[in-house]
Amino acid sequence: MLLSGSDIVVRTLIEQGCEVVFGYPGGQIINVYDSLYKYQDELRHVLTAHEQGATHAADGYARATGKVGVVIATSGPGATNLVTGIATAFLDSVPMVAITGNVPSYQIGTDSFQEIDITGITLPITKHNYFVGSVETLADTIREAFQLAMSGRPGPVLIDIPKDVQVAKCEYEPRLPVGPEPNHAAKDVRIEEAAKCINDAQRPFIYFGGGLITSRAQDELLALADKIDAPVGCSLMGISGLPTDHPRFLGMQGMHGRYASSMAMHHADCIIALGARFNDRVTGNRAKFAVNTKIVHIDVDGSELGKTVNAANGLRGDIKLTLQKLLPLIRPTKRPQWHEEVEGFRNAETHDTVPSTDMTPKNAILTLNKHLNENTPVATDVGQHQMWAAQNLFFRRSRRFLSSGGLGTMGFGMGAAIGAQTGTGEHAVLITGDGSFGMCLNELATAVTYKVPLVILILNNGVLGMVRQWQTLFFDKHYSNTILDRKTNFVRLAEAFGGQGEAVASLEELDQALSRAFAANGPYVIDCAIDKDEFVLPMLPPGGSMDDIIVKVGD
Amino acid sequence: MKQYIVAVLVRNQAGVLNRVTSMFRRRQFNIDMLTVCETESPDYSRITIRFHGDPRLKQQIIDQLYKLPIVCSIQELKPDTAVCRELLLVKVANDPSTRSDILAAVEAYEAKSVDYTRDSIVIQLTGDTGRIDAFINLMRDYKILEICRTGVVALERGSGTIRQDANS
Repeated sequence: MLLSGSDIVVRTLIEQGCEVVFGYPGGQIINVYDSLYKYQDELRHVLTAHEQGATHAADGYARATGKVGVVIATSGPGATNLVTGIATAFLDSVPMVAITGNVPSYQIGTDSFQEIDITGITLPITKHNYFVGSVETLADTIREAFQLAMSGRPGPVLIDIPKDVQVAKCEYEPRLPVGPEPNHAAKDVRIEEAAKCINDAQRPFIYFGGGLITSRAQDELLALADKIDAPVGCSLMGISGLPTDHPRFLGMQGMHGRYASSMAMHHADCIIALGARFNDRVTGNRAKFAVNTKIVHIDVDGSELGKTVNAANGLRGDIKLTLQKLLPLIRPTKRPQWHEEVEGFRNAETHDTVPSTDMTPKNAILTLNKHLNENTPVATDVGQHQMWAAQNLFFRRSRRFLSSGGLGTMGFGMGAAIGAQTGTGEHAVLITGDGSFGMCLNELATAVTYKVPLVILILNNGVLGMVRQWQTLFFDKHYSNTILDRKTNFVRLAEAFGGQGEAVASLEELDQALSRAFAANGPYVIDCAIDKDEFVLPMLPPGGSMDDIIVKVGD
Repeated sequence: MKQYIVAVLVRNQAGVLNRVTSMFRRRQFNIDMLTVCETESPDYSRITIRFHGDPRLKQQIIDQLYKLPIVCSIQELKPDTAVCRELLLVKVANDPSTRSDILAAVEAYEAKSVDYTRDSIVIQLTGDTGRIDAFINLMRDYKILEICRTGVVALERGSGTIRQDANS
């Protein structure tokens, strides 16, 4: 049938199984919005307060569902407002398709009103991007973008569509939804070498990242861990990949990782890394990291193998398929001595914490845990609260922890939580800080409009806590621009937006407030006052090694 | 530090060179030389890049290039198994006192003088990078007015092609 470009955009999105898009209209995307109006029964559009919120929402939707998140914006500022959200998705390998309008082709290059070179701007933060030159290529470009976004290591793809292409007409034939390109296991010879390396190890440790969740390889990972009797840790992106209380799981590792997890990795003689990329936040000083340790590194993105640390065995391939071929080659072994050593690390960790009923950040998260069910998506922003959440949240299933790991985007959480709620239908949670919340709190308007059931827990210490922590430890307590003292009343702010809220000062009050919040049909802000001198511990100082780990800060 | 030459077969589209060089810029990989041209098929362009570094950097560059969807195939070209050539144009002052020495050098190198005026001579030379460097060095004894060289182009010896090399 003969359709306009804008109709083709919407029809192709529907054809590809897209149920909801997040976005914001504008002059050069107005035709697409007219088509969204026309097909509103088949494709839902969520209007955010700001384009940045729309990208984070598409991102959160994708993280929580595993499907491709779609965001639509106009040209110029609409497009540039997507940049932080696209970069966030890129660094965390989240499948996303961003669609932007642009000025008509004949005006491109003339610096016309709201014209910006968004394909140029997003070149280093997308897997690929397209400038659509003719309406005839439009549908296939969108299909290709979907496939690219979800194939291999997922990531964002941007499609820039000039206005004349949205207006022009051509024949459109619906197609079946594209799937990801087929995955492959690593080469047999590499798998055999890796098996030898693992069979020779005395103290193996399994470290996984977000790639494990993408590959859905949890069963294979646990089978391997059981076979070689190894403890398991993860990066920030791996959180929720395994149930928090799994007996082999030691938790997150790295700069603010759990002590036992970091120690076990440090003392291992063989690290088996699955879909993780040895980021500097994980390794600390690379020259001192895993010096006498063999590394077996499995990743679908070959460029990660040997990028930051030298992997003795780099295996390019899908984790699940590769582990399935690797497992039969692994000799079952019990390692009581290594097991005992790891238990020692674990005990050292639990002995360190005295249970209390004080309103500490940790206790606040533990109180929240009691209100979560296995499907509750929990988003965070970035900073101290993010690390406390990562250390203490309890998860039973994957894709329920949404956090900006690679880019570390303050302001990510509000949009992400809205997107995750939209995708899962579950009552969602945002754990944030007063600093991060200030960045994108305008999305409260979105949550109110769409009655998004969302508990917003603000760990409010009146400071930019993570930077302040560094200033305390490494900058002689020069608190340069980290004391907020803003006088914002978050409860009245929530009310002003049309939501609800309350402030709490004790764990008991928090517990009761959470009950009310989870019963509310819309956003509910809980302003939870915590001490500004709380630290995220343990801490590996930047550029340090496990020998420099800080577990306690003297008063 | 070693020198490497890789040929990258890419889809012949607008902006494709930008995508490749952007990856180098973004990761602070330095390009020593770069040539681009359409290939035997108008659907593909061939980008030949020379850079220096260690084997790990070379592998990282190849892996990162393969992540670009517009990249179809990559081939590393080693001097002993490939023909590597550059074209040099050098303009030197035409001074009667040095003219015969310059022309003798042109003959010895099997170069060509392609423009000759009262004041200047433009010399054309093809060869591998070492030969071009040596000739330029020789010309420094005279007055060089301007130099332009193409950067390296390279083909593997024998019947193999970059397309058969795909994904190796």
